[in-house]
Amino acid sequence: MEIRVVHYLNQFFAQIGGEEKADIGPGFKDGLVGPGRALQQALGDNGDVIATIYCGDNYFAEHQEQAIDEQCARIAEYKPDLLIAGPAFESGRYGIACGAICQAAQQRLGIAAVAGMDEDNVGASLHRKNIYIVNSGTSIVRMVPTLQRMAALGLKLVRQEAIGKPADEGYLPRGIKRNEFAAKPPAERAVDMLLAKLRGDEFLSEIAPPKFAGGKPAAPLRNLKSAVIALVTDGGLVLEGNPDKIEPGRPTRFTTIPVAGVDSLDADKYDAVHSGYDTAFANRDPNRVVPLDTMRELERDGVIGKLHDFVHSTGGAHAAVENATLIGRQIAERLKAAGVSGVILTST
Amino acid sequence: MIPVAKEVGSLRAIASGGIVSPTGNPDLPPDKEKEFRRELVLRALQTLQEKV
Repeated sequence: MEIRVVHYLNQFFAQIGGEEKADIGPGFKDGLVGPGRALQQALGDNGDVIATIYCGDNYFAEHQEQAIDEQCARIAEYKPDLLIAGPAFESGRYGIACGAICQAAQQRLGIAAVAGMDEDNVGASLHRKNIYIVNSGTSIVRMVPTLQRMAALGLKLVRQEAIGKPADEGYLPRGIKRNEFAAKPPAERAVDMLLAKLRGDEFLSEIAPPKFAGGKPAAPLRNLKSAVIALVTDGGLVLEGNPDKIEPGRPTRFTTIPVAGVDSLDADKYDAVHSGYDTAFANRDPNRVVPLDTMRELERDGVIGKLHDFVHSTGGAHAAVENATLIGRQIAERLKAAGVSGVILTST
Repeated sequence: MIPVAKEVGSLRAIASGGIVSPTGNPDLPPDKEKEFRRELVLRALQTLQEKV
C-alpha cells in the first residue's frame, strides 16, 4: 500500500517568508513544498507527500493550543498514515512546533509521527521522550540525509516494524529500556570494555551517564546584615507525620515547612524522612540537619538581616537527575519570588 | 560529599559535620555541638560572600 504522508514546515521552509512572516497562522497546501521534494525522494514509491501544513514560528509559539487544534483537525481530513515535521535544525521555536505537532498527531489522531531537529534544540528536550526525533545536527547541509532517516523511520513506524536502537536508527534516545539477550554475561562485557579502554580502543558504555548542566555562579552577597537567608535541605526534614508525604527516596517533590517564630527544631515536632542515611541523630535533634537554632541566633545577633520564613526540604536519596533538577528549579523560583538573597543548603 | 557537590556543578560548598548530621556532631556535648554548628554556619555565610 502507498503510505500517505503530511509534511509540517515553518513559514520559512514553506516559502512564505522570513521573520517578517513569522506571525502567520496555520496554512495548508496540497502536495509538497520546498524540503518536501527531498522527503518525497526519500520515500520513493513507498509513500506520497499528499499535503504540506505550515505555520509561522511566532504564531505557533504564542497560540500553541489553537495552532495545534486547527492543524490536527486539518491533518485528520487528509487521513494520513504519517506526519513528518521539519527538520528544524537549531531553530528553537520551529523545533518546539515540530515536537508539539508530532506529539499531538500521535496522541490525538493515532498516526505515526517523526520530527527532525538538532539534539540541543529546546524542542528536543521537551518532546524526545514522547516522540521519535531524528538528530539533524545544526547545519541545513544535513537536510537530505536527515529527511532520508526520518522517512525510513516513519515507514517502519507505519508498518509497525521493530524499531532499532537510537544510534542505529538515528533518533534521539527516548529513555526507553527494553530487555534483550546479550551474547555475553555482564562480567565479560565489562572486562571486554576495560581491555578496550586499556588498549585505547573505542568502546560504548551500556549506561549513559547523566549530564549535569553547570550553573552560573550567583554574585557574592554584598551585605549580610540586610540579607534574607533561607535554609533548604535534601536531608528529608518534615513536620511530624510528614503531612506532604514526601518520599524517603527517589523524590519527585519537596515540602515547605513554616518556621516563622520558631527558635529551634524540637525533636517532637519534626522528623527526618530519608532512606539514604541513618536518621536517628537527626530525629533526636533536627537542628543537626537544618541549623535553624543557630540561624535564629545569628538573626537576633544582627549577623544576618532575616531568616526566611520557610524551609524547603526533600529526601534526596537516589534522586533521578531530572527530578532533582525540577525540584531545585521550583524551590529556587519560590525563593527568588520571596526576595531571598542567600541560601544554605544542607546535604546528607 | 564535596566531590559530589562539585561534580554536579555546585559552586560554593564546604565540608559539613558528616552524612548523618551535616550541621551537628553527636559525639560532642550539647554546648560544644552548638558551638560547632555556629562556626559551620558562619563559614557557610562567609562562602556566600566570596566571589567564585
